[in-house]
This record gives sequence, C-alpha cells and structure tokens, in this order.
Amino acid sequence: MSETTDLLRDMAERLFGQACDKNLLGAAEKGVWPAALWAQMAEAGLTNALVPESAGGSGLGVCDALVAVRAAARHAAPVPFAETLLASWLVAGAGLAVPAGPLTIAHASGAQAPMLTQRANGWRLTGRARRVPYARSACAIAVLMEVDGKAFVALVDPKLYAIEPGHNLAMEPRDDVIFDCDLGVRDVAPAASGADARTLRAFGAAMRSAQIAGALSRVLDITLQYTQERVQFGKPISKFQAIQHNLAMLAAHSAAANAAADMAAEAAERDMNELVIAAGKTRCGDAASAGAAIAHQAHGAIGFTHEHILHFFTKRLWSWRDEFGKESDWALVIGRAAASAGRAKIWSDIVTA
Amino acid sequence: MTQLNFAPPPPNTESTETLRAKVRAFLDIEMAGMSAHERAASWGGRNPEFSRKMGAQGWIGMTWPKQYGGHERSALERYVVLEEMLAAGAPVGAHWVADRQSAPSILRFGTEAQRQFFVPKVAKGECYFCIGMSEPDSGSDLAATRTRAQAVDGGFKVNGTKIWTSGAHVAHYMILFCRTDSNTEDRHSGVSQFIVDMKTPGIAVRPIYDLSGQHHFNEVVFDDMFLPESALLGKLGDGWKQVTSELSYERSGPDRFLSTFTLLLEGFQMLGRTVDDRSAIVLGRIIAHLMTLRRMSRSIAGMLQRGEDPAVQAAVVKELGTSLEQDMVEALRLIVDVEPDGGSDNPYVAVLAHTILHAPSFSLRGGTREILRGIIARGLGLR
Repeated sequence: MSETTDLLRDMAERLFGQACDKNLLGAAEKGVWPAALWAQMAEAGLTNALVPESAGGSGLGVCDALVAVRAAARHAAPVPFAETLLASWLVAGAGLAVPAGPLTIAHASGAQAPMLTQRANGWRLTGRARRVPYARSACAIAVLMEVDGKAFVALVDPKLYAIEPGHNLAMEPRDDVIFDCDLGVRDVAPAASGADARTLRAFGAAMRSAQIAGALSRVLDITLQYTQERVQFGKPISKFQAIQHNLAMLAAHSAAANAAADMAAEAAERDMNELVIAAGKTRCGDAASAGAAIAHQAHGAIGFTHEHILHFFTKRLWSWRDEFGKESDWALVIGRAAASAGRAKIWSDIVTA
Repeated sequence: MTQLNFAPPPPNTESTETLRAKVRAFLDIEMAGMSAHERAASWGGRNPEFSRKMGAQGWIGMTWPKQYGGHERSALERYVVLEEMLAAGAPVGAHWVADRQSAPSILRFGTEAQRQFFVPKVAKGECYFCIGMSEPDSGSDLAATRTRAQAVDGGFKVNGTKIWTSGAHVAHYMILFCRTDSNTEDRHSGVSQFIVDMKTPGIAVRPIYDLSGQHHFNEVVFDDMFLPESALLGKLGDGWKQVTSELSYERSGPDRFLSTFTLLLEGFQMLGRTVDDRSAIVLGRIIAHLMTLRRMSRSIAGMLQRGEDPAVQAAVVKELGTSLEQDMVEALRLIVDVEPDGGSDNPYVAVLAHTILHAPSFSLRGGTREILRGIIARGLGLR
C-alpha cells in the first residue's frame, strides 16, 4: 500500500465518519437525500475518482477508488458512490462527457429489458430496467445495451424516464426505470473495448465486495465494543469463552472479506478477470452472512431494534451479498469453468488467478 | 478498534513462475504412477527418497543462509514449492516438520555448532524431526508439561512421557519441550527446549494406531535419559517464548488448507467436464474459499519475510483453512453418489474414505480449533 493510498483512506474515513451519523442514516431510510454529504464527496474528488485527469476527474486507479468505496461502506454512506464510479467508467470510456452529480447504471436484462434502436437522426430507447440503485436521485443514468452484438452506452437525463420506486433491505433505493424516449446522437456512443454487460457485472461485484468488506469491518468494531461494555453475570460478556469464540470467527470472516475484496479489486484494476472477481464476491457474500449472524447473536435484543445502529450495516450486508450476483451465481461460474478446464488445469488456474 | 491486518502478499515474479514450472516438471516425473491413495496422504505421506531428491533440487531450507546448506531464496519462492508439492499430493511428510519449524528454530535459537551440525543435513532431505510437545496430561495446555529435565553433572536427566508424537518412529531427532525448573510462579517460565537424538538410550517409542488403523503417531517415554548440555536449544528457561515463535510457521502455511486438495481434484475427475448446477456451485464455492485463503497465507509469508510476528493471523488461516478442509469433505460427499471405500479401485472413492477418516485430526493437530479461537480473541484484546 502506497502512502497516497493511506492518505486517501484516512481522508475518506474522516469524511464519511463525520457525516454519516445516526440521524443522517435514519433520514436516508425515510428517503431524504444527503445533499451535503454528496457535495463534500465531490469537493474531495471522490465522485469522479475513475474519470481520467484529462477529462477533469481525479484519475485514481481502481484499487484506490475502492479504498474510498470501502470507507464509505464502513459508515453506511447512503449515496450511490459505487454506482457513480461504475457509470463514470462506462461514460468516460465511451468518450461521452461525464455529468457532475450522482449517477447510476442500468443494463439490459430480464423481461422488457431496455432496448436501443437507431433512428434517422438519433436513437430510440424503450423498456424497463429493474432495481436500478438510486435512480430517483441520479442526475443521469448510464444504460449499457447491445445493438447488433455491439455494446453501446446511453446517457439518459431524468426528464426522459419514469420511475417506480423500490428499495433493498437497507432501504437504499432500487427503482424500476421505464424508458420510452428519443435520444440524440451525442447521448449514445459505443462502449469502450471490453466494457460489456458481463464486465460491468464483474466490476459491480468487485464494488459490492469492497462494500461488504467495509461494512463487515464496522460490524466487527461495533460488536467488539458492545460486548466489552455489556455486563451480565457480573462481567463484560466479552469475557465469556463462548462469546470470545464467536467474536474470533467474526474477526476471521472480516479478515477473509478484506482479503477477498482486495483480490477482486486488484483483478478489476489489472484485467477484470471474471473468475478472480467471482471468487472475491463469493467469499465476501459468505462472510457477510456468517458475520452478520454472529454480530446479532452477540448483541442480543438491543441489536434487533431500530434504535441501535447495527442494522444499518447488517441490512446492507444482507442486500449487497445478493447484488451483482450472489454467492451461488458466482460459484456456479467458477465451478463450471473449473470442471470444463479439467482436473489437470484446476490448480494452475487457481494459481494464475 | 482492533482489526486483523493482512497486507497484500508479495506479487508473483518471473523467478517464482520459472521455479513453479521447474517444480511441475519435476513432479510430472517423480509422481508418475503414484496412486490416488498415496497422494491423498498429502504431507502425512513419507518417502525419504523423495525428500532427498527435493533436497538435491534445493527445495528444502530454501530461505536459510547458504553457509548452513540453505539457498537464500525468498519466502515467496519457498511458498511456490510448498503449494505445488501439496497441490500434487507429493509425499513430503518425511522432511516436512524439519523444514517448516525445527531447522528454522535451530537457526534462530541454536548454537553455532548446532546450526552447522543439523541444518545442512535437513536441507539435504536426509534428517527428519518430530515435535515433542503434547503429553498425556498436557495437550492444549502446553504449559502444564510435566516431562522434566533435571540438571545433572555434564547435562540433564530427562523423565516423562510425550504423546501424539507424529513420526517419532522414523524421525532422527526430536525437539523436546519440557520443564527445567519446577519452582517458578509463572507457568510460562522454567520450561526449555532440547534437541534429542532419537537413538539416545532411555527412549522408548511405542506406536499408537489412529482410527484408520495407520501408524502415524506415538507415545515416547523418557526413562532417565541423559542429555549433554550441548542438547539445550536456546536459553534455559526460554522454552515458552521459543516454542510460541514456531507456531506462526506451523499454522499459516498452505498445509492448512491444501491437505484435502487431492479429494477435490478426484471429485472433479469423477464428475466430468460437464457438471450439474448444484455440483458446480458446491465446487465453485470451495475454490473461492481456497483462493482467498491462499492470498491470506501468502500475505503471512510476506510478513514472516519482513520479520513481523503474525501469530494471530496464522491462527486465522489455520482455523479457516482446516474448517474448509473439513467442510469440503462433507460438501463433496453430498454431490457424488458413491459410498467411501478405502479398498476401491476408483480413486475418488478411495480418497474420500481416506479423507473422512483423517478429517477429525485437521482441527486438532498444530493447535485445536478452540485454542486458535482463544488466540484470535486475545489478539482482539478480549483477554
């Protein structure tokens, strides 16, 4: 880890730690957009981290950008940070101007998937994108679609789509977006080489892996603190061996999630190796499930209340493990690839990953 | 707040990958014709001839100084050799303990004469060690050791019993952990380590057969065994500090998550190139966990290289790694429709039988699951 990475982590940790208090997180669950937090992130150069300096961005590497994403998740920052990075990567890669402000991404999947058709003097976009993160707050949506087998990015203004609100378990917006609009020639461009739906999904999985690692490390902190303060039978419950063993496993899963998220981030920066990112997201998902369960058990009833902050993190863990591919989706990809590679290649594939 | 840090591991380099290719070429030749059952034994499989060949290749004592027969390679290069051996199911058991922890302890705490005498022989793959730690009344509670070395004229007289000593019947030497002073308040002081020649009069080695009927471990009884002063390893009374410093080496390596890798490979072979979704998910999940553990374990190799003390991280790797090994057996059992049978001609069926019968030991040897969780809890500041 370089010195600039450490500085970035400290800066992000401070920024999100100060902004994301219980009031802000509670208000966000009720639908309040944290405008001041977003302004601070933009001011600090975080929101355009993946936009090249030549295009007016911060031009960070993927690993560094994910360090900031992890810090945001450590404080459950209720903003589309990861989504804005993904969108700006798509948009800048396609040579389109990246708008200032929160962005999000949609891609073609499911019934009535968004479809782009070329017209005489532009494009027509129709269809429904499902569970688009923070669509209601975005200043534009980057939609990735195929036209004649080639990937295109459309940058769509909020005036041009309708929203059916939805949310994940953590009350983060996951809206359905209905497109039925005309787009100009300058709103659509071929995606950068390699930026297809599959790569977007993998990059998204690397983002969610970093977020899981960040939120789980916070869950560990919160749980260590609580069990050292809570007294039962005349001593802090952290002194009981049964509790200590559970906390040891929580810490082990948190450490594994950190390692798996690092592994996925490095792969995303290097070559978007799908199998490595798949392994990272699978391991992070497993850590999220096991870790959240231990944390709640250690907290007892207080951790089950809305009053306590634990749920802001565990509800995100329960949501993020399913987004951009759950454990079984990615394990399937890995398992099939290994089987078809055959016994003689399984180990060498693990090593080169 | 306390977090367990696993720094990014040192990257693979051209030299590690050249080495990897060389190891694979060696294994292709040396492992030809080895049965799946033999490969399943992993680092429990002993073959002195194989160990000598590895020594001749310069693959034992890789990081040690050249003046003691070592090769001054990096920790990561050593890691490459270890993981390739384990992934192939190579019979590395004869020299494993000596390479992993005994000779490193001698290099670290031994006298110049001890270094010169023992370490080059270990590096040649000719000299094997066992670990004299557990006793009938002192298992996880290592500090309760009752075997006693009493100072006598010119040396020590040792009485007591060690148990569960793997390979004591074939090892040339033992590093013995025992009490040298009974009058201490602190249980962790007054203990020392000795290098014991297994041919010393006064030692009786008796086999203890494991539940599969195999002879791996032993009871070792010392009856007025005389040890010269030159057998003392390190400082008198420093045994606790010395022995705990071995444990990061003992617990963090790929031997803690790759010892069932042969089962995984045979499972893939059995299921074929096109697997159903349920099986693919089970197998893919195992690989995802293996890849993460490998990263964590290599991260520790980097920390050891930098002279850090990753004892808590090592406990994490061993606990997660041995749990994965045990879970892997159960997961595979449920997706392949066969019954385990050690006598089967089918490699998977035979390896499954071997692995089921050995799996309980994974979370016992080298520190039980409960001890490891305690160490992690202490690392978190809870004790």
